[in-house]
Amino acid sequence: MSNESGVPSRARDVLAATWARGLVGVAAFLVLAEVLGRSGAISQSVLPLASTVLARAVGLAGNPRFLGDLAATIEAWAAGLAITVAVAVPCGLVLGSMPGVRTATHAVVEFLRPIPAVALIPLVALILGPGLRMNVTLIVYAAIWPVLFNTIYGVGDVDPVAKETLRAFGFGQLDVVRRVSLPAAAPFILTGIQMASSIAIILNIGTGVVTGRIDGNGIGAFIADANASGGNTALVLAAALWAGVLGLTVNGLLVWSGRRMLPWHRAYLGEQSLREMR
Amino acid sequence: MSRIAATALRLLGRWLVLAAGMGAWQAWASWRQSPFFPPPSAIAARMYHLWFSGPVSHLLLTPDATGNVLPSLGRVGGGLAIAIAAGLPLGLTLGRSAALSGYLDPILHFGRSLPAVALVTVFIVIFKIGTQMEVAFIAFGTIWPILLNTIDGARSVDRLQAETARAFRLSAGQRLTRLIVPATLPKFFAGLRISVSLSLVLMVIAELTGSSNGIGYEMNAASSGLDLTGLWAGIVLLGILGYVLNAAVLGIERHLLAWHRGARMLTN
Amino acid sequence: MLEVTDLMHAYGGSDGAHVVLDGVSLQVARGELVVIVGPSGCGKSTLLRCIAGLQRPARGTITVNGTVVHEVPEGLAVVFQDYSRSLYPWLSVRDNVALPLHKSQPRRALRRETALRALAAVGLAAVAHRYPWQLSGGMQQRAAIARAIACDPVLLLMDEPFGSVDAQTREDLEDLVLGLRRDRGITILLVTHDIDESVYTGDRVVVLTGAPGRIRADLAVQLPEPRDQITTRELPAFVHLRAEIGRLVRGRQAAGAR
Repeated sequence: MSNESGVPSRARDVLAATWARGLVGVAAFLVLAEVLGRSGAISQSVLPLASTVLARAVGLAGNPRFLGDLAATIEAWAAGLAITVAVAVPCGLVLGSMPGVRTATHAVVEFLRPIPAVALIPLVALILGPGLRMNVTLIVYAAIWPVLFNTIYGVGDVDPVAKETLRAFGFGQLDVVRRVSLPAAAPFILTGIQMASSIAIILNIGTGVVTGRIDGNGIGAFIADANASGGNTALVLAAALWAGVLGLTVNGLLVWSGRRMLPWHRAYLGEQSLREMR
Repeated sequence: MSRIAATALRLLGRWLVLAAGMGAWQAWASWRQSPFFPPPSAIAARMYHLWFSGPVSHLLLTPDATGNVLPSLGRVGGGLAIAIAAGLPLGLTLGRSAALSGYLDPILHFGRSLPAVALVTVFIVIFKIGTQMEVAFIAFGTIWPILLNTIDGARSVDRLQAETARAFRLSAGQRLTRLIVPATLPKFFAGLRISVSLSLVLMVIAELTGSSNGIGYEMNAASSGLDLTGLWAGIVLLGILGYVLNAAVLGIERHLLAWHRGARMLTN
Repeated sequence: MLEVTDLMHAYGGSDGAHVVLDGVSLQVARGELVVIVGPSGCGKSTLLRCIAGLQRPARGTITVNGTVVHEVPEGLAVVFQDYSRSLYPWLSVRDNVALPLHKSQPRRALRRETALRALAAVGLAAVAHRYPWQLSGGMQQRAAIARAIACDPVLLLMDEPFGSVDAQTREDLEDLVLGLRRDRGITILLVTHDIDESVYTGDRVVVLTGAPGRIRADLAVQLPEPRDQITTRELPAFVHLRAEIGRLVRGRQAAGAR
């Protein structure tokens, strides 16, 4: 470690430098991938050229089939997330405020939680048949845990003095939850929703890849198709690229709306990481 | 109320709802005879029959268990081992080098948001169906939480602790083993727990799409054969494995990070 | 044995930055206990960190035992104010104290012995196996002091070491430091904002002005040894010197002028 000069650069310069470095890194990575592919170090039948994949990715923007699948994935994500929040937040508020209920349901939760949602794909496919319903069911099953636990944790973290102040003014329990617990827990809930969002996308794509086109639409189905028609790796990578971009965009949107809704909370002013309860 | 009675009551309270739920399921399933929800007794019987009715010399494991469950576990273990072996040193290096991580941050963040499940077919093409593919796939998918959390942990070593190391002229090796690694461990373990859950997910996906044995493969076969009890047996087994793996990691973490809990209790 | 020549340091951009030290020059003889006192933001800590080699000054030189300081020099030890973040929570007290000894003593048994001796010197032999966060604030700072003296330094730098402990503990620690200096003959440079402490512990008190930091005064402390918390503090010489330094720190002229 070298000595500090003790004269730090301006904040804006630092930010610009960080952006520049990042771009250089990405560019270097792409160039390296391209060189490795063209020189034959990595066989093109195994892994296509970076340029090929990027070209395919751009091409997908005009592919109606893919766009339809993209819409289907987003639809499943939205529906799944909406139901998850509608179920998990109230449950979390209840469980978080009433330790008795929490203890009683503890074993059930610990029993259900470790089951990976993807393990339920064959089962739910048999019960509900193909399509949106199956997708959303699985998403809700998997995404409910981070939201639930973060809500419980957030409610537990509420300053008891704040709650008592409100009670002292004659407000009832429900009002306390609405006016104190919920706003205080909101940043944690939001973090849980971010986690749930990534889970939703991953699960949707995973389901699609496993069950294929027959059982519905979505980016996963598109990838399954692409593979079925002769190991079209470049297309698969391009679709995966889009999936990654989708994930980042969605996450960015959640973070942005979180900042808009809750500008007052410290977590959004600093880089505070919020833990998920076990 | 005596302490024993109080403890017993608390334990009862925890398990009561679960036991009641199971009982209700059992009653409903026996009455309704729904093919989709066989009674817990049938599932347990099948699990025993399938996997745990073997000879004592084999730890009660049947050939089915050794031929499917153990390989799946082995692949999960192998994948995680690679992810840790690669992710931990790389994360430490990147975390301590602001320059390097500046270059690689966007790539790493994109890599993390890339759903590994989307790439399972690519891995099949590269490695062909089998254990190699699965291990590589699991390693690829599970490295991201470990890597990113380790980078975060190594990056956020307390400034004063780092200055103390400089003030006492600790060698680079000492700084690594006595400062950076211990300081990074808490965040590393947070990432490890995520990776462990993720490893099971990836194992199932890999075996549902491209393998010739394993738990996922068995479940696929059960699904095709409309053997719902067998399917449920697989689900329950995965739940148990998930629980056990998570508990194991937690146990190790508790042991290695006892100091962390103690120190945090005082600052909170 | 310590020589600081024309030290200058500033924070911020190159244009009209915040100058914290401006032309500070200082000499410390072997075995002296020099206290640097001054208002907040006067660069006392910066001065100490430059001497310790943790920070490179914008201008000026620092020499320890004839060698110019670029990086952290040999034979130096530092005690920071924030002991809870300076001691490592994953190491026992003994292992924390043994940490700087790796260079000088490759054998673990010897290191542990030395560490235990240092802990005995500060009165912590009984808690060597405990973890820092299991100890009180005062004990943690003792452990930090033990860590500093374990490697037998020639120069000990202390950055507001007693700022985070209560008054009673502060007095005990002050006496501890005086005792250690007497027994081992270490040269000590102590930074504090507490004027009482500066007069009580120091052989010399150096008063630093507010930013930009310059040396306003360098006073010798003519109080009898050994110092005692009660009797020394009621001596008229103590009271007078304390008031004098108080005026200097506040920026007023010497007694009589306004």
